[in-house]
Order: sequence, then structure tokens, then C-alpha cells
Amino acid sequence: MAGLMSGFGHYTHAVVRGIPASLAKEALRSCQAEVDLAEARREHEEYVEVLGTRLGLEVVELPADESLPDCVFVEDAAVVCGDTALITRPGAESRRRETETMKSALKELNLNIVEMTDEKATLDGGDVLFTGREFFVGLSKRTNQRGAEILADAFKDYAVSTVPVLEGLHLKSFCSMGGPGLIVIGSSEPAQKALKIMQQMSDHRYDKLTVPDDLAANCIYMNLPNKGHVLLHPTAEQYPESAKVFEKLKDYMLIPVCNMQKVKVDGALTCCSVLINKKANI
Amino acid sequence: MTSESGADSEAKQPRENKETEKEKGKAKAAAAAEPASPQNQPEQFPAAAGHSTPARKEQEQQEVDQVSHRSSISRLSRSPLKGVKKTKIMECKVALLDGSDFTLNLEKRARGHVLFDKICEHLNLLEKDYFGITCRDVENQKNWIDPGKELKKQIRTGPWNFAFNVKFYPPDPAQLTEDITRYYLCLQLRDDVVSGRLPCSFATHTVLGSYAVQSELGDYDPEELGSDYISELRFAPNQTKELEEKVMELHKTYKGMTPAEAEIHFLENAKKLSMYGVDLHHAKLVGSCLAPSEGEDSEGVEIMLGVCSSGLLIYRDRLRINRFAWPKILKISYKRNNFYIKIRPGEFEQFESTIGFKLPNHRAAKRLWKVCVEHHTFFRLVSPESQPKKFLSLGSKFRYSGRTQAQSRRASSMINRLAPLVERSSSKRYNMSLSLDGAPIAENHETPMKDSAAAGAAKILTKGDLITTVTTEKKAEEEKAEQEDAPTDAAETQEPTTPLRHDTKTKDEPPASEETKEEVEPKTTKAAEYLVKYVGDSVATDLASSSGLHGISPSTTMDDDVFMDGTLREVDEVAEREEIKVSPGAVRQEVYQAISDKKGTLIILKEADDKVDAEGKETGAAGEEEEPALRGEAEGGENEAVMGVEIWSPKMEANGVTQIKGTDSPKKAMASWISEVVKTEATEVVGASTKASDAPQPGEEVQTEQSKSGPSQITPPESSTTSLAVSTLGWVPSSEKGPPEPEEKVVVATETEAAPAESTGPTGCDVVEVGTKEVPVVHTETKTITYESAEVETNGDVDPGVLLSAQTITSETTSTTTTTHITKTVKGGISETRIEKRIVITGDTDIDHDQALAQAIKEAKEQHPDMSVTKVVVHKETEITPEEGED
Repeated sequence: MAGLMSGFGHYTHAVVRGIPASLAKEALRSCQAEVDLAEARREHEEYVEVLGTRLGLEVVELPADESLPDCVFVEDAAVVCGDTALITRPGAESRRRETETMKSALKELNLNIVEMTDEKATLDGGDVLFTGREFFVGLSKRTNQRGAEILADAFKDYAVSTVPVLEGLHLKSFCSMGGPGLIVIGSSEPAQKALKIMQQMSDHRYDKLTVPDDLAANCIYMNLPNKGHVLLHPTAEQYPESAKVFEKLKDYMLIPVCNMQKVKVDGALTCCSVLINKKANI
Repeated sequence: MTSESGADSEAKQPRENKETEKEKGKAKAAAAAEPASPQNQPEQFPAAAGHSTPARKEQEQQEVDQVSHRSSISRLSRSPLKGVKKTKIMECKVALLDGSDFTLNLEKRARGHVLFDKICEHLNLLEKDYFGITCRDVENQKNWIDPGKELKKQIRTGPWNFAFNVKFYPPDPAQLTEDITRYYLCLQLRDDVVSGRLPCSFATHTVLGSYAVQSELGDYDPEELGSDYISELRFAPNQTKELEEKVMELHKTYKGMTPAEAEIHFLENAKKLSMYGVDLHHAKLVGSCLAPSEGEDSEGVEIMLGVCSSGLLIYRDRLRINRFAWPKILKISYKRNNFYIKIRPGEFEQFESTIGFKLPNHRAAKRLWKVCVEHHTFFRLVSPESQPKKFLSLGSKFRYSGRTQAQSRRASSMINRLAPLVERSSSKRYNMSLSLDGAPIAENHETPMKDSAAAGAAKILTKGDLITTVTTEKKAEEEKAEQEDAPTDAAETQEPTTPLRHDTKTKDEPPASEETKEEVEPKTTKAAEYLVKYVGDSVATDLASSSGLHGISPSTTMDDDVFMDGTLREVDEVAEREEIKVSPGAVRQEVYQAISDKKGTLIILKEADDKVDAEGKETGAAGEEEEPALRGEAEGGENEAVMGVEIWSPKMEANGVTQIKGTDSPKKAMASWISEVVKTEATEVVGASTKASDAPQPGEEVQTEQSKSGPSQITPPESSTTSLAVSTLGWVPSSEKGPPEPEEKVVVATETEAAPAESTGPTGCDVVEVGTKEVPVVHTETKTITYESAEVETNGDVDPGVLLSAQTITSETTSTTTTTHITKTVKGGISETRIEKRIVITGDTDIDHDQALAQAIKEAKEQHPDMSVTKVVVHKETEITPEEGED
């Protein structure tokens, strides 16, 4: 690896997982909603296609597990940074076993695996915002202090600051990175408050891109060879006002990705993949 | 030092000189005694000294010439073998960054900077402001050696063992001027990494390790290095075979990379680590308002406080739970075991909040406080703050006295030598075993000291190109402040600003002495010497060489004892709470904040007042002082002065006491100082006018005018020994303190001196200069107030009232000079008369100052029976010889 923090957004691989039929009925959700399973699967297929075909990442597709209705949301099971992968201990008990398959997949990719064995610790990857310079970990219903500590231990190079998540499921339910030093943030009060805290805690300066809808603030940023800045963001159909904001990003390859079904079970764009930069390996 | 007689202070310079000489001799002797000690080529010393501190050498020479006719010179023995009897020599062992020890002998009374300079000389290091000396205390805690204080005072017990360390980690090491500086920084970081203080990932260990190897061993060469060369070096706290292999793999790819390049790469990676340059302190939370991310009650939670270039970080375990950037912090203080930060209110908050932390003990709290003061000053300010000079200040006078990063960069941009050959020693500390062909390695510490050519050449006093890209996150306000500072910097060539500041700040001297030095400057034999001294220092500073940092002023040197006692007393008995307002030195915004802050200060002032009778000298000295940075306190001082009327008699007594002590102190004049205070106040009013009640406000105007003539009377004539008290009496019409009513001001200045000379012109100039030096924050303002225009300007600024008339009357008797200013203004249809009197009582100790002052006040009252006192300010200058000590 070329050193710390080089190449934010450079990815070579993506780990994804299929949608089990159990998702429609059994997946956890914060508000009641009917999920159209077929439509959800179609969405997911499109998502995977964008990563693989359109962006040229090597996609590792894990099989769905009917006993794990939320297993499509692989982000929560592992946090990968550089050549280290932290296998999490998801906050929801029903999701703990999701990490098993993830662990073996990441091992296959030759990452250094760090496991969260402490039974007091919980951490969902959705609460982890890596800015390229540091981590912010949301302390939420799913993630606790101890989980954040273990993450800090796993990624010693970086500052790890904790941010309370008062509303919403995860920290990344209302924010994400939109580029190097650019935080996309929802405009709700809790989101803005969280951003304030992040800014206060950081030695670095971040620009922000505020979008009207909190959920639209969850995007996937990549910096890919021959493609430059790439941003996967929710469609105009889903969040028309927020989509206008993304249009303002110049020099970006903007890829709207439909997420209408998965969002009903609190699934955002980042939730459905674990992105890896294999070149980061020495 | 205040009490130091002229002769004494002169004697001091040669002594210092002698000290240096002797040390050299000692070092040689030590060298002979211990062949292991690396720096033992005696003949290298002159060279080394020559090139790293050329200016100082010269200056010392000058001093010697200056005083050579004095009898005191006879004490100066140039032979290392003679004249030793009076001074005890201590052996100092300094652990250097490469793991070797440097042993040298120092006089027991030597100050920190002597040792520091010797080490830097030995290391051939010019950009030394980033470094410092540490010493372990009984609790095995590392403490930074204060360069301005005697070593023996800083080492309570045990042998004189020190370590040379990086104190301020430059956020961007690439901006360091010299490779050799980066080399030492690298060594420090390698130690930080290996010790675990600087945690990093496996990958980073690999990268850092590989650059370290390249820097130390050069290109990968299996034949020369052998296959196992790598396991002789340390890279990580828990070094594995796997790590070593990865390091070696990377090392192979660096062929052709020079050591200096490897170090740059090393630093580029290290600087990004989150714990880079973070100085951690254990603490517990007090109260609960701390972590924004903490829902639970956090009282008593174990945390770590991390001090770094950008502010204060708060960790719980590994997690950062809060961060306070320096601009967010209004004030830091400590009291007993507790450390407090006062936080600027956030966007939506109305009040500032104070957060407390419990440290393991008092020493830890003080240590943390000091580190904060130093980091803040070094990284955020353009120039160091002067020592606290509040009215009746309590608490530590400690300030960071070295150069700030901005100054250091400016200075090092003028380094004018060929890049010294850096002999990168095999880092013994990190070796598991000594390398086999280690013979040359042992010699590594003979720093090449060749380029003495550059030494003398660098005597250019360039006008400062102020580096404005100081820190990454400068606020607009700070930049503004920097700009404000800039003119001063540019003017540095004409005025010995910097060195003087150094003097005043470095030394923990009783405040009075500062004035002495400054005022003595213009005339008298002594003054000439000081002048020489200053010039010398300023050269040194600009050369980035040694003395600037430490400001060795002869007059301050002896003073340490006095101050130390003072500190201890203040800390331990009186007000354990020591405070520093953060940032006023550069950030005007914060200055104004500080003003609004003054309530706390006032309370403290009251405490001080209560102590007056017990500690006359203390009060007097403090009363004279004015914290230039803290406008709020200037004001507080005025309020205090009103209170002073009530406690008049005790104060007078106190004055009497101290003055008797100051028997053979060099004569001095308060004039310039007084005017400075006045100016400061005047400036202050502009910013804080809302706070000041109407009555005192115009009073300040008058004072300003007063300052105009003040200096002229009190100009120091020829040498005589005095101590001095200056009082300002404010009068309000007896009718009440009603703002718009006429009132009268009397300034009483007391000076023990025979015949005050009058020399308006030149003194006036000096005064302006002094003001500039002493009041870094308000450079621009102080400069603009000239004596010709002050009156008009101030009136215009402060108060829309129309000035009807102003007159100044001066009268003299044998021992007093009275200046009376009468101003009449019309403000809002009401006319107002102010009379301000300054009475300078001069004379020797055989004059009863109290009586003279009381008489003056009485007379003033009699002259203006229809008016009443609004303000009494007593300025007193006391000199105390170390022998006499202080109460």
C-alpha cells in the first residue's frame, strides 16, 4: 500500500449477497411496510449490475440465506478499510450469523480479519462512516461504545470519534461520503446536529452537501480509474428534490440507483455492499 | 532581580560568560574522563558554538568588553581549573533521540536553556524550537524543563538525567527547513511508534519501518546487510517475523532513495496518524456535560486528555469523545487536582461553559495546564504572550517563552548554512543487538561541525516575511490578527522588540524589573549595556540561534529564587487557581471575549486585595502590572482601584514595607510604563465601552492625556537607587458617581528618586516603543496613539462629548512632582470636569512614601473640596535582592 489514506474511494471488489424470500416478511424494519419481493430482487440485480458491469468491480456474490432475512445488507457485517476487515457483531441478535459467510468471503480475499468477540460489543457497519481520514461511529440502537472501541483498535491509524444517533437506524441512514472531504448530509435536525458533532470532533475540514431527504443522503462514492468521481445516489423518482442537489455535482459520473423496496426494510444504498480495495494489500 | 543592584547585574554577565567557558572546560574534562561519551573532541566546541550561536558569542564578547573595566571582572576566571570553588558542577546525562547518552557538566545553577543549547550544539540542530528537554519526576512522569529556570529547581531529587525530545510536533514536517531537523523528528517518532505511544496499524508499521530502514541503512543490499539485518531493528511494539518480512519487501523497492528522502516519506505517513503529536494525560471527568456522544452520566469516567497542535482532544479508551479546538477554548485553568477549560458558547448556546477534569494530582494538573499553554502559544499565536501582568494578579506567571511556530519558521527560513552532514547513527535504542560493524557507530555523535562559514554570514536582519500559512485551520480572525502583527514584525529591525519580549517572558521575574530594563535603556551606563544586550539577542533570534529563545538578560538572572518562592506561595496557599486566557495574544475576537469574562477576574482581584496587608510587595507589584492581552482585566483593575480607596491604608503600609526593602535597587522611572497602561486602557475602552460605566470611562480619556506628559516628568535621570510607587487617584464629585457629573482624577505616582529630570521628547519615543513591546495584541493601537494627537483621538473614539479645554500644570517640590490635568468636556448638554493628578514621589528609602502619598492625596482633596475620588491606582516598583527574598 502506498501509505495511509491514499486513494479514497478506490475500490476493486464488492461483496454483495442475495435477497432471501424471508426478507419480505421477516426482515427487521422500523415502520410497517409491504415489500414487493420480486421488485426488491430486481432492484438488487440492477444494483449489482451497476457495480460489476458498469463500474467494473469484481463482485463477490454471496448466496442468500433464508434463515437470515436481513442478509442482503452486508455492510453491517463487516467494516473493511485498507487491508483489514473487522467482522462485526451486529446489534440485532437475529443478524449475528450473517457474519459467518462474510468472514470466509473476506478471508478468501486475503484481508486481515479482525473479529469482534467481546459479547458486550455490538456494531453495525451502517453506523460506521469512514471519511478517508478518520472514522465516525454512530452510537445507535445497534452500535455501542464497546463496539466502537474495538473498531478503533482494529484501525489504529485513524481517529475514531463517536456520534450519537438519536433518530434513524444508523449513522449512515442520514449521511455518507460524497467525495474526498465531502459529506452528504440530510437536512433533518438530528442529521444536522450529528454533522455539527462530526465537524467539532474532527481535525479535518469537510465540505457538506445537504439534501432535503435524510435517506437520500446515503450514497456510494467511488473514485475509479478512467471514470473519476462516481456517485451512486437514489433516483429522482424516489427523492425528486434531493436528486436535483446531486445534479449540481460537476465532474461526477452520477448513477441513480433505484432503492424503493429495500428502503422499506431500512436498506439504503451503502447497506447492500462491502467495498474493498484489493490493491491496498501489500 | 528587581532588587539587584547595578553592580550585581553587571557582575552577572561576566559570570555567565565564565560559566560558558567553564562548561566547556568541564565538558572537555568529562570527555577525558569518559571516552564513551561521544562528544569529546574538545576542539570541536568552538566550531560548534561558532556556527550555531554566532551572534551570541559575539555578544558575549561585547559584554565582556563592556564590563572589563569593572572589578567584577576579576571574578571571571577563564581557566576552567580556577575559580571553580564557588560553583558546584553537576554531571548531566541526556538521553538523545538515537538512544545514546550525552554527558556534560554544568554549573549547578545553570538554567535550562544552557543545557538545551549545549545539546542542540552537540546535535548541530538549528531548528530547535520544536524540541525540549524532559526530566522524570518522582512519579516517573515526564516534565518539560523550563529553559528560563535553574535546572536544580526543576530536579527535586535524584541524578541529573534528562532526555532530549520533540516537544511540538510540526503538523507538516515537510515545512521544516533542514533535513537534520527531520532526522531528529523521525527518531522521536520511531520511538513513539515502538513504545506504543503512537499506535498504528500493521500496514503502517510496515511502511514506516521500511522508510526507517532505508534512512538508517541505505539501499537494500543482501551482501552487505546480511539476510537478517532487519530483525536487529525495532519497528513496532510487538514485532513479528511477518512484519519484518514485509518491511524488507518494501525496503528492496527503495533503491536509490536518500536517507533524507526516506525520512520525508516516513514523516508524510507518520503525520497522518491520528495520535501524531498528541500528548496524553490521564484524567477523570468532573460533571457530566462532556461528551456529546455520551448519554450516560459521565462523572468520574476515566478519560485521556490529548494536547495537540489544533487543540484539546478527549478520549475514552481509544475513542475520541470530544475535541476542543483552540479557538473554542476561552480559558484554561487549574486548581488543585482539577483542570478546567472554559468553552466559547456554540452557535445556539448563550453562555460559555466550563468543563472540569480531575487529574491524578496537583502536579499532573499543573503539567497539563502548562502543556496546554505552550501548545496553544506555539501553534496558534504569532508571538508568545507576555507574562501575565494583571493588576494584582495571582497565580502562575508561567507562559511559553520560546518562539512560536510562526517565529520559528521565519527564523529558520533565514538559516543560511549548507545542509549539515547528518550522520545517521545506528539507532541503538531500536536495535535488538548492536550491529557487528558498529565501531564507527559509536562515534556517531561527533556531529560534523564544519560549516562555521555560514555562521557569521547569516547576520542579516531581514524584514520578516511572515509565513501566513501557519496552520491549516486559521480562522479569519486569526489571520487578521496576524496581519495586525505583521507591521510589528516588519519593524523588528528598528526596535529590539523580540529580544525584549523574550526577556520579559522567559524569566519569571518580578514584574517591576521589566520596566527597569526598558526604561534604563535610553540613558545611563547600565542602560548602554542593556542595549547592547538587546541588540545581541535580537541578532541571535533572527539567526535562529540559541539565545533568542531564552533571553538571557543579566538583570533577570538572579531573580529566579524570588519568583519561585512567589509561585509556590501563590500556588499552594493563596489562589491555587491559575488561569490563563487563551488566545488574546493574537486573536482580537478572543480578546473581546476575555473582556466579557472579567467577572471571574474581578473576584480574584478582590482576593488579592484582601491579601494586601499581608503581602504588600505582591500587591504592589501586581498592581503595577497590566495584562496587556486581557482588556477585561485592565478594566477590572480600575474597578479595583476604586476599592483601593477603601483599603488605602493597608496598601500604603504595604508600600512602605516593600520600599524599605528596595534599598539598593537601580533607579528607575515608571513613566513609560504608566503611559503604556493608560494607553491600553484607552484602547480597551473602545472595545468594551458598553461595560464600563460612564464615570470611569471618561476618566480613562483623561488618563490617556495624562500619559502624554507623564513620561516627560518621570524620565530617569542619572542612576540612583530607588523603589517606586505610583498611584492613581480617581475622584468623583461628592454628589455621587453620576456619570455625566463633573469629576476629577488624580494620579499619584510615587518614585523614590532625588531629582526627576524632564526630557519630554526622547522619552516619549521610548514610551511608544515600550508600549509596542508590551502590548502585542494592540500593536496597531498603541502605535497610533502619539503624544501629539492622543488627546483628540481618544476623545473622539471614546466619547462623543466635546472637549472644551484641557490643561496641564506641573509643579515640583523637592521630592514630588505633581502633574495636574484638567479637562472640561460637554457631553449631552452636561459639562464635565475631570482633574487627574499624577504625583511622582521620588527619593530614597529614607523618604516616607506613605506619608508623601497621603500628603499628596490630602492636598488634592483640599484643592478640590467639591470633588471626590473615583479612582486610586497605586503603581509601585519594588526591587528586591534575592538575598532579601520576599515575604
